Amino acid sequence: MFNIIKMATRNLRRYLRRTLLTSALITLGVVAVLLFVSVSGSFKAMMIGQITDSALGHLQIHKKGYLSSMDNLPLNMNLTHKQLNKVREILDNHEAVESYSMRIKFGAMFSNYNETTNIRLNAIDPDQELKTVPLLGDRFIEGEKEGLLGPGEILVPELIAKGMKVKIGDSIVLVATNKDGSVNGQPFTVRGILEGISGPGGRDGYVGLTDARSLLRMEEQEISEIAIRLTDLGLMGGVFTQLETALAGFKNKMDKPVFEIHTWEKISPFFNITRMIDLMTFFIKIMLVAIVLVSIMNVMIMAVYERINEIGTIAAIGTSPGKILALFLSEGLLLGLLGTAMGVAISLASIATMNITQISFDFGRQKGLLLSPTIGATDVITISLIVIGIAVLGSLQPAWKASRMDPNTALRHV
Amino acid sequence: MSLVVAKNLSKTYVSGDIEVQAIRGVDFTIEAASFVSFVGPSGSGKSTLLNMIGCLDPPTTGSLEVAGQDISRISSRDSARFRGDHIGFIFQDFNLIPVLTVFENIEYPLLMVQNWPAEQRQQRVQELLTAVGMEGQENKLPSQISGGQKQRVAVARALASKAKLILADEPTANLDRTTAFKIIDLMKKMRDEFGTSFVFSTHDPKVVENAEIIYTLEDGKFQD
Repeated sequence: MFNIIKMATRNLRRYLRRTLLTSALITLGVVAVLLFVSVSGSFKAMMIGQITDSALGHLQIHKKGYLSSMDNLPLNMNLTHKQLNKVREILDNHEAVESYSMRIKFGAMFSNYNETTNIRLNAIDPDQELKTVPLLGDRFIEGEKEGLLGPGEILVPELIAKGMKVKIGDSIVLVATNKDGSVNGQPFTVRGILEGISGPGGRDGYVGLTDARSLLRMEEQEISEIAIRLTDLGLMGGVFTQLETALAGFKNKMDKPVFEIHTWEKISPFFNITRMIDLMTFFIKIMLVAIVLVSIMNVMIMAVYERINEIGTIAAIGTSPGKILALFLSEGLLLGLLGTAMGVAISLASIATMNITQISFDFGRQKGLLLSPTIGATDVITISLIVIGIAVLGSLQPAWKASRMDPNTALRHV
Repeated sequence: MSLVVAKNLSKTYVSGDIEVQAIRGVDFTIEAASFVSFVGPSGSGKSTLLNMIGCLDPPTTGSLEVAGQDISRISSRDSARFRGDHIGFIFQDFNLIPVLTVFENIEYPLLMVQNWPAEQRQQRVQELLTAVGMEGQENKLPSQISGGQKQRVAVARALASKAKLILADEPTANLDRTTAFKIIDLMKKMRDEFGTSFVFSTHDPKVVENAEIIYTLEDGKFQD
């Protein structure tokens, strides 16, 4: 085999310019795919991190049917104290659950004493919320983020703060209707102004759970949503299934499930963007395969055509068809290897350069997001193997033709 | 036992509706260590005959035995193996492998066809380099040597696997007169040294006058 590889290498050197051009084409394809995978992967990971770590959490548990009514922020679909205890028991005993935060989601009228607007609010326990969505503090545009919230304080989303012209320390009034239909108002002090982020909950205000209960005149502990943070996002699929199974055991009097659990993917529309990115990556990989296949086939068809007489000679001498096949396959393999090696080297250097130069970009209302592309060894190995495999596959037809060539006809070829 | 025995050998090529009888029922034998020449004008069938003996083209009818084996109905896979074991080839255009050095070209059949161990290959190639007068040129590529030297390398390559029969198709056609004589002398010397039979197809008088047995072909038949 070594001798076949040696001959193949020399044959590639013999047509050096063509070899370099073909390898360069493969290199270009590999670089395009690896850079796209790394940049899009980095963008995806960053956006998922932003969404899950500053608003949604990894998983969310609601009362069955809550999510489909979420736009109305219904207060009559909250989880009761008894139901919460059951969920707590499950979550506290699950190793993969790092923390969870209980929220009451409700709508209210926001008044600065001159004007009134409506606002969506999350009532939270600040400690639990920070453990579950640790990047929430980073969304502070103004105000003291240490401790997040105190009693009687509110975090106002940027849009409302600007629209209603409220500043840190201003007093505002929240007026809310409770589930019985009675209206109540309560003054709050603006503690902080939050940057908006894409997706659900990204433009919500925050108040403390105790204040919300007082405002909504809740006599018992009720919760609309439990946001869960896992020790590792990669475990999400498995944990989701386990929790779903555990929660499915709780039925109401009509024998219907009490709880529903969702992953962030189900809740955030950004998941569709991630799927589009995956789809684009897939199509770019298909293009790479096409580039490699066409260029290798083209080169190998030419190589066979130009060397018909030589093929006739080695066949006449007694070289077996298998060895002739191996010779041409090796040339395709080496072309693939060369192009891939150069492509991987250039890609890794480019990724390192991008990380050193710290490229930033804007996404929606978020400004100055830092692009830090990375690529996993699995991606590099997979793409390399695909390219090398396709290079061999592209050589197969010309190599087969060469190996089946009649030596007498080949020797007479001019 | 004769090295080659052909009985009523014929070859017909069919191209569309046209049938061309290239060889028309010839009988001949070739003995070991002989120097045989098929001569005749272009299209007389000498190359076809050589190709049939060389297992490159099967006869249409008749029987053909080479080195004791009937090769008239041999499969293409077996024919490759048979050629590798029993037959050496010398071509008009030398047909050296351009990416291999002189040494590697001679070594090729031993390495890629017969899988000889490295030490024996080295020894055999060295022996042949000396025999054909190419010592000191072993690291040159075919593009770096003259036509006569190329044909010397081709002779060495044909002899490498110790084939008992070497078929040479117009081996002197692309050589000048002096070089052609040197190559003929070399082949004779090799015949004497290794006991190999050389069979030529040629219309070169230089080869013909040196041949010990001459078969003259015309329209696919031997002339008296």
